[in-house]
This record gives sequence, structure tokens and C-alpha cells, in this order.
Amino acid sequence: MAEPTLLKTPLFDWHQSHGGRIVEFGGWLMPVQYSTIVDEHQAVRQRVGVFDISHMGRFTFDGPGVLAWLERVTTNHVAKLNLDQIQYSLMANDQGGLIDDILVYRHQYGYYLVCNASNRPAVLAQLEQHRQGAVGNFHDRTRETAMIAVQGPGALGTVQPLFDQPLEPIKYYHLTMGRLLGNANAVVSRTGYTGEDGYELIVAANQAERVWNAILDSGQSHGILPSGLGARDTLRFEAAMPLYGHELSEAINPYAALVGWAVKLDKGDFIGRESLRGWKRDPGRTRVGLRLEGKRIARQGTTVLDGDRAVGTVTSGTFSPTLQKSLAMALVEPSFARAGTPLTLDVRGHREPAGVVELPFYRRSPQTQK
Amino acid sequence: MDPTQLLYSPTHEWVYLKDLTATVGISRFAVDQLTDLIMIELPAVGTRLVTGKSFGEIESVKAVSDLYAPMGGEVTEVNTAIVENVQLLTDDPYGVGWLIKLKVDDAAEISELMDFAAYEKKLAEEAH
Repeated sequence: MAEPTLLKTPLFDWHQSHGGRIVEFGGWLMPVQYSTIVDEHQAVRQRVGVFDISHMGRFTFDGPGVLAWLERVTTNHVAKLNLDQIQYSLMANDQGGLIDDILVYRHQYGYYLVCNASNRPAVLAQLEQHRQGAVGNFHDRTRETAMIAVQGPGALGTVQPLFDQPLEPIKYYHLTMGRLLGNANAVVSRTGYTGEDGYELIVAANQAERVWNAILDSGQSHGILPSGLGARDTLRFEAAMPLYGHELSEAINPYAALVGWAVKLDKGDFIGRESLRGWKRDPGRTRVGLRLEGKRIARQGTTVLDGDRAVGTVTSGTFSPTLQKSLAMALVEPSFARAGTPLTLDVRGHREPAGVVELPFYRRSPQTQK
Repeated sequence: MDPTQLLYSPTHEWVYLKDLTATVGISRFAVDQLTDLIMIELPAVGTRLVTGKSFGEIESVKAVSDLYAPMGGEVTEVNTAIVENVQLLTDDPYGVGWLIKLKVDDAAEISELMDFAAYEKKLAEEAH
């Protein structure tokens, strides 16, 4: 359901006064770019970029019953989380379709759940419907906090001088709590949606602008650029990370979307389990990467053809700034999923030759992987 | 070309008319709005253009946009350099980034276009 008015993050005024081009996204007014998408993209790949991701939904849970509650509504095995560890997970409906993809954080005071902006109402509804008497505390923290992503090879050097805990030892998909700028409480995680090393910071809304400005100052010597949703999309796309509304939806099962690894059918009962068992046996379609021969972009909805027969649909497509190729992700019949398979894309009436390629399109060099 | 001496369509194409030959491009404003240009498709020499109808398309990372004929006529020349390298259009939309030349059917159509001052005024109004 649409929110009555568009929401603004605590950094909205900053974006507007610094050349951010504002667009509506998932019920929020967000900057799509400040300079160009390609410049911001390259800044993250080669140096460092900072993103306002405060539009993401944030919920906290603590107290009796919350673990069982989270197990019921998510597909991954929450009980397997170590302290200060983060898990990619899914929220499924009874048919095994996806309500959202989420992150579940386990920390010393309980759990944090981060979901997509546009799905916050659906996630809330699912949580409330399946609470089943869990008496612990549950709060939507989205409006009272801000979330900032610092991504790229210069992320560590940018954030460390501002934070009172060592960042380097934090492993991928782990978090630590500490203070930014001496007194701003923060949850800092080694996570991101760009395919680069980096950190995501959750702070109180009233600290957002102070922290944001400090990151820009600290990152200046690393060549930092404020980066918008446009670059966030091209970056996640190259890394083949799924985006809800594109690679994931209520009509797409997790096995087709290649996120079946986040479904633990043997963890005990949870919503959607029986349907998901069936989808695992026969996902129907599968997500593939496609490389076009020409430069035309095959955007979401483009039909994938084998000769004249439709065998799939594009979920996302763009011109990759890193590979300098027009690339797409698509859901296709499994017999067309092998790398090297030639296919044709119907791009607004133009027949564009393409071939199946391995995902991800881009993987960062091993030296910078943690 | 000097942008102050050109005439503009509401869809951000510019025209320089000399005798019956119109050189057509798109404005700096249009290029700045699109950003991140990927490719441009232009009609072949000899194609008949109808005023206000699409004669090609320009693709950026964000979206694909139609190009609209500011005047009717027959395409006599196509700037293949920008088809090869669309960066030329980003760098210099009023010079090496021109799109096509056409022999116009009716030079009087030029009166439907805006001069630079009127175009600037329209852009300023739309920004508010």
C-alpha cells in the first residue's frame, strides 16, 4: 500500500542542497545521483563512495520468544547466528513466493532486521500476523535512525579515524557496536550492496548529518564521492546481487532466483516451508547472466527468445561501467541456463543477439576480499 | 556553433537553418539531464522526417529517450562520429556532437521554434 506522503531521510536537506537529483523510490524521496552514475560507480570500484540508505527498513527485537518468532517468519536458520554475526535471509509467503529479502543481525541486546524500503509495510504485516504471543520487544526504528553505507577500497581508511573500535578485524557479515565521533552510538557492519569491501553504519537520526559530513571529510584524501541510488543499482547489478522487484518478488521462488542457499528446509517449521520444498524440486526457471553483442540496454521485462520462442524475461539490465558491455539478468527455462548458450533479446522491437554468461559479472580482486 | 544563435524545440532539439539545410542537435540541458550516454541511433540518409515525430533514440544508463524532428524534411547527412563514440555528444552538443542535417520541406516551420532567450526562459520556468 502506498504511503500517503513521500518520506524523507534525515539527510534529505543535504542531498537537495548538494546537487542530488531527487526521485521517488519505495515511498521515499532519494538522490539518484549527484554527479554522473558512472563517476559515482567508478569511485566505489576504485576509491570510495558514501550512500544514504536510511530508506531501508530497520526493526529491533529483544526479549522472550523473539528467536522463535524470527525463525517462523524467515527462511534462514536464525539460531545458527553467532553473536555479532549477520545473515542474509528471506521472508516467504505460504506459496513460497518472496515477501522480501532481509538481513538479520544478532548482537548483545537482541536482533536487528533490515528490509527493503518498499517492503517495510509488508514485512511489518507479516511480523505482526505471525507474532503468536512472543512477548519480547519489537520496534520499527526506521524513522528514528539513519543508515549510511561507505563502500570501496578506501572504506576502511575513511571510517576508521571516526570510530572508537577497530574495524579491520570485523569479518564480512559481522558487526560491532561503538561510538562515532566520540559520542554517537553506532552499529557498524561489514556489509554492502556494491560488490566491494565496505561498512554500513546505523546511527541516531539526529547524528546523521554530522556523521555524513565527517565521512566526506575523512574520505576526501581517499577520493570519496557521495553516491546515489543509480550507482548503487549498477554496482549491485555487476555483482549479481538480486534486487527485490526485479530478481525477487512474490511470483519468483528463491531457487529460481539463485538464493535457495538462504532457505534451510530442515531448520524446523516456518512459513512457506512446504511450498518451498516443492520449488526446490522444480524451480521452473533459473536466473542467468546475459551479455549482449550490441550496446542497447535490455531493461526489465524484455523478452528472451530462442529463435522465435519466448524462453524467459529480463529482470534487470544495464550498461556495465566496469565491463563496458550491455548486460542483463533474466529468468529463463533451465535448459537455456548453460554459459555460452546463444539467445536473442527483443529490445523494443530490435532483435539483439546475446549469450549466457556466468554470474557474477564482476568479482573484486582477491587481495581486497575479506 | 553558438547556442545563443540556435533555435530550440520544446523537446530540447536545436536547429541551425541555412538556406534550406537544417543542422539538428540536442541541447546541453538535455545532455546534462540524461547523463551517462550509452548509444544513439540515427536515421539513414534519405529518411523522411515528419515534424514532431521520433527520428531516433538515445540511450543512457537511466533510460532510453526518443529524438523528435524539430522540422520535416529529408535526411542528407548523419553524424556517424557520434554513433561510433557518443562521448562526443556529451562533450560538445553544439559542435562535433551535432546529430543530422536535413533538407527541410518548409522553411516557415522555423517560426514554431524558440529562440535562445525563450528556451532559457522555458527551462527556468520548468525548474520551479
